[in-house]
Amino acid sequence: MKTLLKGGRVVDPANGIDGVHDVLIDGDRIEHVGRDLPSNGATVFEIPAGLVVCPGFIDMHVHLREPGQEHKETVATGTAAAVAGGFTAVACMPNTAPVNDNANVTSLILAKAAEAGLARVYPIGAVSKGSHGELLADIAELKQAGCVAITDDGHPVKTALLLRRALEYAGMFGMPVIEHCEDPTLKGDGVAHEGFHAASLGLRGIPGAAEALGAERGVLLSELTGSAFHVAHMSARASLRAVRKGKEAGVRVTCEVAPHHFTLTDEALGTPIPYDTNVKMNPPLREAADRDAMIGGIVDGTVDVIATDHAPHHYDEKKVEFDRAPFGIVGLETAVPLSLDRLVHAGLIRLSRLVELLSVNPARILGVQGGSLAPGARADVTVLAPDLKVRVQASAMRSRSKNTPFDGWELRGGVAATIVGGRTLFVNPEARVSLSDSFVSNPGGQDG
Amino acid sequence: MTTASEIDKKPAVTALRHKDLLGIADLSAEEIALVLDTAEAMKEVGTRPIKKVPALRGKTVVNLFYEPSTRTRTSFEIAEKRLSADTLNIAIGTSSVVKGETLADTALNLEAMSPDMIVLRHSSSGACHFLSRICQSAIINAGDGMHEHPTQALLDAFTIRERKKQLKGLKVTIIGDLLHSRVLRSNIQLLTKMGAEVWVCGPPTLIPTDIRRFGVQVTSKVDDAIVDADVIMLLRIQLERMEGAYFPSLREYFRVFGMTEERLRLARPEVMIMHPGPMNRGVEIASEVADGPYSVILDQVANGVAVRMAVLYLLAGGAEHEDAA
Repeated sequence: MKTLLKGGRVVDPANGIDGVHDVLIDGDRIEHVGRDLPSNGATVFEIPAGLVVCPGFIDMHVHLREPGQEHKETVATGTAAAVAGGFTAVACMPNTAPVNDNANVTSLILAKAAEAGLARVYPIGAVSKGSHGELLADIAELKQAGCVAITDDGHPVKTALLLRRALEYAGMFGMPVIEHCEDPTLKGDGVAHEGFHAASLGLRGIPGAAEALGAERGVLLSELTGSAFHVAHMSARASLRAVRKGKEAGVRVTCEVAPHHFTLTDEALGTPIPYDTNVKMNPPLREAADRDAMIGGIVDGTVDVIATDHAPHHYDEKKVEFDRAPFGIVGLETAVPLSLDRLVHAGLIRLSRLVELLSVNPARILGVQGGSLAPGARADVTVLAPDLKVRVQASAMRSRSKNTPFDGWELRGGVAATIVGGRTLFVNPEARVSLSDSFVSNPGGQDG
Repeated sequence: MTTASEIDKKPAVTALRHKDLLGIADLSAEEIALVLDTAEAMKEVGTRPIKKVPALRGKTVVNLFYEPSTRTRTSFEIAEKRLSADTLNIAIGTSSVVKGETLADTALNLEAMSPDMIVLRHSSSGACHFLSRICQSAIINAGDGMHEHPTQALLDAFTIRERKKQLKGLKVTIIGDLLHSRVLRSNIQLLTKMGAEVWVCGPPTLIPTDIRRFGVQVTSKVDDAIVDADVIMLLRIQLERMEGAYFPSLREYFRVFGMTEERLRLARPEVMIMHPGPMNRGVEIASEVADGPYSVILDQVANGVAVRMAVLYLLAGGAEHEDAA
């Protein structure tokens, strides 16, 4: 069965396309993108003027919490949040219980993802067994089971030596090592960015240098080994400097920034809600100079990817004293509105650059399909409503957890629809897309 | 000045703006002055043969202490009793917190029994803000982590004002572990709001980031901090800070920062020596100084009761409450 998305603005930077085009989908594949395509029996869906059709967005840093922490999130609820947020695929971190350090856990995650049938799930395996930082995990086995990268996320790889070995070993399979960059001794028992706001609120600080030391270490070891190194959830300007210098020197380093790190600063610790545990994450919200540096990196191309670090936590876990609350916030359902509002509408980047950050580059770094609407590519499509007025409503989120500091925010730009493998899995009723009901209830790719 | 007999009848005070006392950060200079004025009247109550007024009759106050405290808890309890409040002390050891119910659940359970005020001491910064979001009762911060200890700053200010008449224009020097001190954070905000010139001094490892932004002079040169000081406040140095490598030894700390009689000569002749307690003699302060003629350390303790009476009285609604009673 064929489907024709007619009349939208197609932004597909991988193929140099930015203009009003039609997208012809055959089953689960893109057949053709072109102007004024004939329907030839395909079901036609008019894309209203103002909407934007892009290759599907990929969030390369999410915590789906399954197995082991299903009270926070499951593969099913997390992938439901993903499609509602415009993501056709997510890469999930291995810090589950048990840790994803073997093929059994990887297979379980993939089975749950297939069962849910929503966003694609790319598991990321552990660098070390149990993420304990002692012995390498069975990386070939992980790769074979479907892992696309390795990381000990939640913590940095324990020693420089182990990180070196991981880079060398994973490099054999062309897998990047994703690093939670942090010097644990410098982080200590810090709970917030070390700066005036933490000092005045009496919160123990985590300096930006703690992250930058980890980034510097990774860049040096990437240079030493020639393997691909990716800086997760970058927040500090000194880390950006390390990445920038590495790139200039030809090192295979890439990096991602989370929406909260280009929108918020540590001022949020005290206002509007003092000690709100929904502004507690690691790395922490940093000072304005760091936030501005992250934006600068997004604008000048040093930053490769926007990834959410979607970290669901049950409300019981967050409804405690600031010190005792776990780090992290949900991000899948707010990333696109925040990016459109704060980056595109702010005049900082063009839509095509946003598509690179959210689709082209994560696909390239992880070595997965996607990021392109070329003929034969998977029909993973994100339809944006860039001018839609969005009011963030935590209680309405698909994610099992609602720990967001953006509740009530009014933003310009949202998701109109999310199509995975030719199947429309999410349509935003607010966006008034005409492809709505029949398209959803009669998904093209699956049965056709 | 309001006299105590006026308090018994109908004092000329207006209530504080907030239902809670979470920190000095929320108080204006006028509100601080109001508390200090009210405390003067309250102090007189403590000199009577029958040290009791009916201001908080029928009010229930819970003292919820998650950290060990002798001075502050006793002081609050005496203050509550002198105002005729019904008081309840709950001391919760840190170990039972780990195993037991959450602060939120404890607070909600207490709240279900309709106390009017909860006096909270807790090891986490922001615990009082957290409680005030859950509870209808007035929350009084009796020290939260490294954040604030507002009644300590108020009693310090009261003690200074008693001797020096006003805070404005005084050079007040605070020396010690600035990083971990809630007393520091409350005091620098109060003193700067009241127009004092505040100097803070300690080893660089124990100075909070960007603390200058509070409008204080920061130095690690102890002589610069002490010279011409009207008031010197010493903060407790904790033994475990050595293990965190904040400084090499207590002996070395005393050598560089300890308040000795010799150093004291740099200060003004009528200098006041203050310490929030508990003191480490021979670490942050020499015994000769602590016990010497300039020390007002025990006056601070005595004034703590009056200041806490004032805070309780004002948060209960001051004169308004008494009209209703």
